[in-house]
Amino acid sequence: MEAHIQVRNLNAFYGKTQSLKDINIEIPRRQITVIMGPSGCGKTTLLKTFNRFLELVDDTKITGEVLVDGRNIYDRDVDVTEVRKCIGLLAQRPYPLPMSIYENVAYGMHIHRMKNSRDEYRKAVRHYLEVTGLYEEVKHRLMTPATSLSIGQQQRLCLARGLAVEPEIILGDEPTSALDPISSQHIERLLLDLKQDYTIVVVTHTLRQAKRLADYVIYMYMGEVLESGPAREVFNNPRHERTRAYLEGQI
Amino acid sequence: MRKRWQRRHIVEGIMKGLMLASFAVVAGSLGLILWIVVSRGLPALTWDMVSQTPKGGFYLGKEGGILNAIIGSLYLAGGGTLLALVFSLPIALYLETYLGDWRWGQYVRLALDVLWGIPSIVYGAFGFTLMLAVGMRASLLGGIFVLTLLELPIMTRAMDEVIRRMPAELEQAALALGSNRLEVATRVVTRQMLPGIVTAILLAFGRGIGDAASVLFTAGFTDRIPKSLLDPAASLPLAVFFQLGMPYPEVQQRAYASALVLTIIVLAISLGSRWISGRLSKYVLK
Repeated sequence: MEAHIQVRNLNAFYGKTQSLKDINIEIPRRQITVIMGPSGCGKTTLLKTFNRFLELVDDTKITGEVLVDGRNIYDRDVDVTEVRKCIGLLAQRPYPLPMSIYENVAYGMHIHRMKNSRDEYRKAVRHYLEVTGLYEEVKHRLMTPATSLSIGQQQRLCLARGLAVEPEIILGDEPTSALDPISSQHIERLLLDLKQDYTIVVVTHTLRQAKRLADYVIYMYMGEVLESGPAREVFNNPRHERTRAYLEGQI
Repeated sequence: MRKRWQRRHIVEGIMKGLMLASFAVVAGSLGLILWIVVSRGLPALTWDMVSQTPKGGFYLGKEGGILNAIIGSLYLAGGGTLLALVFSLPIALYLETYLGDWRWGQYVRLALDVLWGIPSIVYGAFGFTLMLAVGMRASLLGGIFVLTLLELPIMTRAMDEVIRRMPAELEQAALALGSNRLEVATRVVTRQMLPGIVTAILLAFGRGIGDAASVLFTAGFTDRIPKSLLDPAASLPLAVFFQLGMPYPEVQQRAYASALVLTIIVLAISLGSRWISGRLSKYVLK
């Protein structure tokens, strides 16, 4: 297994409470890693350290290292916008930008000046809408407000928008929790497709979703990583008592 | 089955009646004001009134119009609003993006609220003193400057409230794509806020164009249309005031006609901005 993200001695504090305790994990390249655990265990907090979102909250402190391709993203000379360009985020609820469908996908490419002509932008927008299976549904109304889409379509639009800035890693923070079952399935299928090209890290609180998606599993409890490893091993043979209890539905 | 006339139903009925009554008072006052302005002003509102400047003896009831005041008011309020916008949008964005809810942000908001509450005659006196100090005479520029001061706190606070209602997740969505703070502010926050910002501009323009006291000393009053920023400028509220003070009924009637013109301008801008902001809010996240 080749690690894409390596987390070393990571601690995070909200004010005086410690929300992550000495985390040491490795996240494999081009696989789906699922972070699971009971609510309040620090899953989302851990995820947010990967794209430096934790620092958006006042009064947080982080120590330790998060290495992406061997480079610590918390180094002083690292440009945070580059980190976030390289690491996309799919949030719990879709928040389309207050623009048209087309502009939502083009936005990220525009700010990073990734294309040279109008035509290149148009092609790229079409490409990412196709990747997320939206193009056929929206091709006649690309200029209409993104808010006119259904929630499920909005979430796929947010995925397309994230992919358009050409990240290598996709983070998902319970990305299907606000969606109906069919839309959730759609997103899950997309994630399974995308792992050919991207490293994917998903936080979920549904065990069944974890089992459907995971190649690699991280189990967290009270801010600590109790267990991590290939999905089959963890699901079939949990080493830790608490992981077993969680998998059997006792927590 | 319980009785139909329960106590809580009666209470509800009374409260509903009270709400209806207060609505009637507000709507009635508005209607009455409009009725008086229209009924007294409309007969005197001729084409000459809005197309000519005052000729000799205008204030004694002879021919002429209030074009000087119409143009003057539009220049003054337009200039003041534009200048206020140039300052207040960056202030509001800075307040939200960088100061947030820190103590300094609260101080700035408090200062703006205090400024909002200061009577406009005080702004006028302040502006006048300042102009005296630099040796400036009553002029369009002076009036615009004071109206800018008058409108700035209204516009900034109105925008600030609009920006504060912005969902934090939307900013995060833009940040997650690798935007920097400036891009979030100019490309995302502003677009989400545009309808509210248009409303804030209108609010400020409405106060600017309707204010008499602040421009009394600073812009002065003249029968001519200002040709440069250093010429004095007339304004509609002062035109109403001066004409109403004349002892001739036909001049007083023209005061109502001037008030009608002012009302129509404000109404047109209000409806226009509603239309624009309706079109802009198409993309906005609710």
